[in-house]
Amino acid sequence: MSFGKKLNVVGRRLRKVDGLQKATGAAVYADDIKLPRMLHCKILRSPHAHARIKRIDFSRCLEHPGVVAVLEGKEIPTRYGVIPWTPDEQALAADKARFVGDEVAAVAAEDELAAEEALELIDVEYEVLPPLIDPAEALREQRIKIHEDSKQGNISKHVELSFGDVAAGFDRCAAIADETFYYEGSTHTPIEPHCAIGNYDADGNLTVWSSTQIPHYVHRELSRVLELPEARVRVIQPFLGGAFGGKSDPFSLEFAVAKLSMKTGRPVKCLFTREEVFWAHRGRHPMKMRFKVGLSETGRIESVDSKILIDGGAYSSFGLVTAYYAGQLLTGPYQFGAYHFDSTRVFTNKPPCGPKRGHGSVQPRFAFEVALDMAAEKLGLDPIEVRRRNFIGENVKTINGQLITSNGFLRCLDLVEKASGWKERKGKLGFGRGLGVAGSMYISGTAYPVYPNEMPQAGIQVKLDRSGKVTIFSGASDIGQGSNSVPAYLIAEEIGCDPRDCLVVVSDTDLTPVDLGAYSSRVTFMLGIACVEAGRKLWAQISAAVAEKWGVEAARIEGSLGTIFVPETALSMSFKEAVRLAEAKFGTLGATGSYRTEKLGGDYRGGTIGASPAYSFTAHAVEVQVDPETGIWTVERVWAAHDCGKALNPTLVEGQIEGSVYMGYAEAAMEEMTYLPSGLHRGPSLLDYRIPTSLDTPELTAMIVESGDPKGPYGAKEAGEGPLHPVIPAISNAIHDAVGIWLTELPFHPGKLLRLLREKGKPRAPVPPVEERISAAGESRA
Amino acid sequence: MLGRPQKILISLDLNGQRYELAVEPRSTLLEAIRYAAGLTGSKQGCDKGDCGACTVLSNGAPILSCISLAVEHQGDRITTIEGLAHGGKVHPVQDAFDLCGALQCGFCQSGMMISAAALLERNPKPTREQIKEALSGNLCRCTGYTKILEAVEVASGQRQLAELDPRPTTGSPA
Repeated sequence: MSFGKKLNVVGRRLRKVDGLQKATGAAVYADDIKLPRMLHCKILRSPHAHARIKRIDFSRCLEHPGVVAVLEGKEIPTRYGVIPWTPDEQALAADKARFVGDEVAAVAAEDELAAEEALELIDVEYEVLPPLIDPAEALREQRIKIHEDSKQGNISKHVELSFGDVAAGFDRCAAIADETFYYEGSTHTPIEPHCAIGNYDADGNLTVWSSTQIPHYVHRELSRVLELPEARVRVIQPFLGGAFGGKSDPFSLEFAVAKLSMKTGRPVKCLFTREEVFWAHRGRHPMKMRFKVGLSETGRIESVDSKILIDGGAYSSFGLVTAYYAGQLLTGPYQFGAYHFDSTRVFTNKPPCGPKRGHGSVQPRFAFEVALDMAAEKLGLDPIEVRRRNFIGENVKTINGQLITSNGFLRCLDLVEKASGWKERKGKLGFGRGLGVAGSMYISGTAYPVYPNEMPQAGIQVKLDRSGKVTIFSGASDIGQGSNSVPAYLIAEEIGCDPRDCLVVVSDTDLTPVDLGAYSSRVTFMLGIACVEAGRKLWAQISAAVAEKWGVEAARIEGSLGTIFVPETALSMSFKEAVRLAEAKFGTLGATGSYRTEKLGGDYRGGTIGASPAYSFTAHAVEVQVDPETGIWTVERVWAAHDCGKALNPTLVEGQIEGSVYMGYAEAAMEEMTYLPSGLHRGPSLLDYRIPTSLDTPELTAMIVESGDPKGPYGAKEAGEGPLHPVIPAISNAIHDAVGIWLTELPFHPGKLLRLLREKGKPRAPVPPVEERISAAGESRA
Repeated sequence: MLGRPQKILISLDLNGQRYELAVEPRSTLLEAIRYAAGLTGSKQGCDKGDCGACTVLSNGAPILSCISLAVEHQGDRITTIEGLAHGGKVHPVQDAFDLCGALQCGFCQSGMMISAAALLERNPKPTREQIKEALSGNLCRCTGYTKILEAVEVASGQRQLAELDPRPTTGSPA
């Protein structure tokens, strides 16, 4: 979707519409909101990983000075979940606590300290149950069930899909890599902790301000759980201090502040502590993966087989989708001859995992891209060359039935090859220094909404004022990626106004059209299409009115940055004058646009999961330096080339690439969500968990490839999640190039590297079957 | 009413304006700034000195206001992000952060820009390594720091604005 015309706004490095609000500290985030008579809420959490709640006694708590109201799970017992098929969460656990940190009760008090003190005065009688911490044990265990109503043991979701004859494919192979990988869990750690304010007013309307990236789903679930009509519930997302998927579930605090406000008739705020953010989690799933990748003599990927055990934590969250994504999103940018995957997500008594940036597909991508290098090495094939040879192409279907439209992967490979000096330097850097490469593919939104319906996934409303002001109502959630600015850029491009004359009213379910939220890299693509549609309707009116005035054909009229004109003539007027002419001719001016789901995906059960209207592609090259004495490795530079279709604003796209590379690097280098055998987190603080500082983060070069997607707005596709994937396997592959060992477990601690270096050269013991290895790995970890 | 120790009156020079604030002995400087004075630009990301989002200047030096007691700053000159702009113009650091796309979610950036401004005050032409060092106490989760480092280089006049294609002028075709 694009004009042949010259672009005035799209593609330029413009400022964000709200950048200076953020720069000056004026932007209001959830915890900056203070309402008259506001109470403060604190949530009591389970000290046990698995325990039945027998009785909660609030009598001592209610006597504490400042306490106004208390809340327990049985008052709002309706089960919910972001995926409507797996509602297994309660705002506060009414029957069982399922992890250390699970929410059990809440208090509202005159101030935060009083609420905090009061928590200690709540007496909960628990019947402690044996916890299941290790996923392999949870898979085997039939007697202890984390969710009593699970159909099968502790299995959250099992998916097995097969495409083509995998066994016959392996028979044709000249080289096979068969390896077990482990991807450690990690969490988002947005710098803003979760916060919500509920206000139930005297007229029976509930307003919840929340640091959520899914206001629409929070709206639906609040209504259901609190038994209020949807029309009486309003969800407002203020400025949001980072999310990365960590704020894309409804959370206990949203229900707690709402219900406590209904009970007290006063506004109630709840702000998570940093420790509570670690409990809320929904981060990267730990995955144990066996991958078998087979190449033909010419390096063609004949067959891929994977078996994946996913540690889901205590609740479903998006887990149904995770189990699918672990297999469904791997089928590009390379052509597979045959493919089979078997993924199982199990419940464990740990904080629930969910969708962290690159949901479900970062882990198998790591395993696959390393296994691909292992197999290519056996054939003596260059890692870039083997990726080129298997390029799937444009306008093709993947083996699992997903339609790929534009595909700039080869250009991504070319760019990182050139920038890294690959041809001249690969294999010539000496022991201890190496180059690695990896590729990936990601979705630009999911073709289907999480709850089936025929309505649009994204919508936009635009109001034109005779002052020249353009007010755009957008339901999209800006989580830092810039979705508040995208509508201003696109509408301004379409109707010729100055983007700075656009006011973008955002993410307020009472004021803005429904947008399903900031997840699956869907926003720019879907919101963008809605904007273009609305803009073109308005331009038709503006250009018709101006054409009538000037007596020229409407098609000759152009608009740019606040001026409406006919090129190569003296005919010119301000945008404001043009709007006045249009308003006089057509009446009050406004338009809507929407993005509707299209029918896509494979014709089999689960074939729509992973179906996207467009896919992005990425290639990274990494240069590492390894100290073989200490095992310490450093990244000299990352070259990241990403096909985003069209960069609507290159500065913002680069920012997404850079942020993604950083986050992937962090997972490779240091981040891990690990627990004691009791289920207690080993260090739920930023200091103990450790995320990279400016000194830890490698220098990186972001490069944009524009393949111009035929469906995307001005050709645009996603940029926010895809570029996270390749850096992790590229580092592993670079370390192999440097010192000859394969790192197959994250994070790549120097200790692991050193151990492998010392083992190198020793004969390897026969490899036991994957189930035994998975269970052995689990036991040694616990 | 809540059975707490009596509040203590402290006087702060907050962004050039005198504030008299009644704070509990346990109150942090960040709580005094955000909740007592109502200047919400300084952020609380961890409340234990790990993330740097609460960074303010105390008598010109960057400090972590979430682990500083308010009562210990009696009479001090405190500068928050709201006080960085002067004479109706934003500080060069603020302008550069916006221009360079260093502000993604923006939550860590109040503290980050305060640290950057303090750096440029003591070292107007820092090297890239010096910038990294000076900002290493401020965690950012969005940007990978790249655009932040660029912004500080722009603010210190070491990187050209022209490379960054600043916003178009109003009202005329490009």
